[in-house]
Amino acid sequence: MTALAADKRTGFDANAMVVTGLCAVGALWALISAADGADAAMRTHAWVIGSGFLLGLIGMVGVYSSNGVLNDKTQYAENVIKYGVIASMFWAIAGLLVGVIIATQLAFPALMSWDALPQVNFGRLRPVHTSAVIFAFGGNVLIATSFYVVQRTCRTRLAGGIWPWFVFWGYQLFIVVAATGYLLGITQGREYAEPEWYADLWLTLVWVAYLVIFLATLMKRKEPHIYVANWFYLAFIVTIAMLHVINNLAMPVSMFGSRSFSLFAGVQDALTQWWYGHNAVGFFLTAGFLGIMYYFIPKRAERPVFSYRLSIIHFWALIFIYIWAGPHHLHYTALPEWAQTLGMTFSVILWMPSWGGMINGLMTLSGAWDKLRTDPVIRMLVVSVAFYGMSTFEGPVMAVRAVNSLSHYTDWTIGHVHSGALGWVGFISFGALYCLVPWLWKRKGMYSRALIEWHFWIATLGILLYITSMWVSGIMQGLMWRAYNELGFLEYSFVETVEAMHPYYNIRALGGLMYLAGALLMAWNVYKTIKGDVHETQDEVQPQSAAISPAE
Amino acid sequence: MAQKTNPIWGWHKKVLEKNSIMLTAGVLMVVSIGGLVEIAPLFYLDETIEEVEGVRPYAPLALMGRDIYIREGCYTCHSQMIRPLRDEVERYGHYSLAAESMYDHPFQWGSKRTGPDLARVGGKYSDEWHRDHMRDPRSVVPESIMPPYAFLETTPLEIDTVEGRMRALLRVGVPYDEHDRMEHAVSDVHTQLDPYASDYDAFLERYPGAPIRDFDGDPDMVSELDALIAYLQVLGTMVDFSTYEAEADENLR
Repeated sequence: MTALAADKRTGFDANAMVVTGLCAVGALWALISAADGADAAMRTHAWVIGSGFLLGLIGMVGVYSSNGVLNDKTQYAENVIKYGVIASMFWAIAGLLVGVIIATQLAFPALMSWDALPQVNFGRLRPVHTSAVIFAFGGNVLIATSFYVVQRTCRTRLAGGIWPWFVFWGYQLFIVVAATGYLLGITQGREYAEPEWYADLWLTLVWVAYLVIFLATLMKRKEPHIYVANWFYLAFIVTIAMLHVINNLAMPVSMFGSRSFSLFAGVQDALTQWWYGHNAVGFFLTAGFLGIMYYFIPKRAERPVFSYRLSIIHFWALIFIYIWAGPHHLHYTALPEWAQTLGMTFSVILWMPSWGGMINGLMTLSGAWDKLRTDPVIRMLVVSVAFYGMSTFEGPVMAVRAVNSLSHYTDWTIGHVHSGALGWVGFISFGALYCLVPWLWKRKGMYSRALIEWHFWIATLGILLYITSMWVSGIMQGLMWRAYNELGFLEYSFVETVEAMHPYYNIRALGGLMYLAGALLMAWNVYKTIKGDVHETQDEVQPQSAAISPAE
Repeated sequence: MAQKTNPIWGWHKKVLEKNSIMLTAGVLMVVSIGGLVEIAPLFYLDETIEEVEGVRPYAPLALMGRDIYIREGCYTCHSQMIRPLRDEVERYGHYSLAAESMYDHPFQWGSKRTGPDLARVGGKYSDEWHRDHMRDPRSVVPESIMPPYAFLETTPLEIDTVEGRMRALLRVGVPYDEHDRMEHAVSDVHTQLDPYASDYDAFLERYPGAPIRDFDGDPDMVSELDALIAYLQVLGTMVDFSTYEAEADENLR
């Protein structure tokens, strides 16, 4: 009996010792930095980092005393995914809340800024919002779903013993270190790559572990072929590793200091950064979430993927073309024109593989369209694919130089990003989480289908308010900037255009608030489901056993 | 229906979908090409950055100011890149040249103009205006939606970190090793704030055209506001556009 129980745990093996060692080194580094860091911000930040590693060490004591982590080869690993689902929900609320706060700051600046609290000025909170929604919420959804999907489609337990836990907690630590850093003014000052060098280094470690776990699970699969969702997850993990490492090459001021300087400057730095920035969209927010689409839509609709060949074509075309699109962020700048033209051309071509994915996702519903009416989760998943189609059409349009001359620097860009982020990424994530919660906690379904309906409609209306207000304000501001009066002078001063934005900033904040409200309903629903309050529910799902059935 | 199928489907199924290492290698190869073709040439094509007279590294005080600009996330609302479009050139000044940000690690071109472009804000407003504006932006621009930065003038500048910052920048290629700039790193912070400094002329040789005065109006303390205004006042002023000819032969390549 005890032998059997011991069999199902890893024991405190070499892997656990390595993880303990990493935490110890981290804690030691934080201790030195707290005592003797090169700058004041570092000396403060080190306390946060040190606490993180200390918690890690305490966790390792727990692992030691319970003889390692669970490793039952006849069962899928589900605990780490449960943690991922809860973390995703938490970061969704946190990131959306900060988004609403900064939207309100733009609408009511005098009310929403405080002399005594420079930590929460717009400039420092904005990266907290972007990192929280993209990397914290999106990243946790991606890690959790990829761990789920790769096991189920390979019919094997997640590889790596303790390492998936290292990836989960290491990633949370990265997020907390990055976000608290911004509040303290620690930033590289490059959009979506704000975390400073030590946070970047830590993320690199976590990411390599993630890649190895994913590959090792693929390798021990019991299915003959690698399922399409896993191609997308793999492309996402590999490419993000490449982008992250190259874009964050930097020279630290001190090994115990918070500041570093990018290896590149000016033009080269700009293109490297937008090569990274645009492909954070392409691989983090697109390829990864397409992986979710390819598993959760067929599974929930109980229909096969529409076209196998289309998935091959659009997969390779998408990952090849996306990488080229970065320069469209730099139209009419000091970037050489040949690079701008290449970026524009590939951005327009990119429309096709993007819609290949959309078609494959939507057409998977063939024969199950009635579920759009009856199942709000399917509706959420399908609407997300529709938003994907819309924003991947809008993107190529905005990447055309002539259009970009108007749209660049305006709120049109912000609206575009949010139709992708709230519509596509948000909805596909919520849809996947609504599937996962009853599957993982072995419930009949979600606690309340009515709450899912409410979530869907509130959030959809919120998105519409958001993107339409940003279209109007963006195009209007672009036109005001270039307006001339009959005497040949510029018609408007800059601040007049700022004043004109006010009503639209109000509408945007309202839209964001509605989206947040939807997520809060979801959190309540998830809480009630996990708690086990599911008695009568209209949301019935196919049970997913944790036992690994042999391949048929 | 025995149609002959393209062997590529079979190959995809038999090789890429069966071998995770082949799949990983394939992905890595396919995603490398775009970056190699677009980014790598920027590092060796001479015409990427045309040489322009006047561009020099930031003086230590302005460099500290630039790091405050980055710390506060100013780039989230302000661009520093004037495009060659008629209205932009009339509103902000000569379009930005690549050379003007050649020492900017990282670049601060920005992507959003919630506030106006700052690429040529240097010399446009007085120090007093900047002081009032940082204390309370709406005191000078009533419709402004910028947050206040009043704490800057009461926060002492972390002067002891300037040397480390310059050394790191030197390592990535900013010529702080020329004209004894490194040796005077800390003293130059004080020199730039004092129009009667004994080192005045030598400072201007190290950093030609740098403004020298007490930027925040408080000679008793070197504040973060001193540094930030010193940075803002030098933005876009290094190239003399009264003598720069965009149409000159050497600039038409």
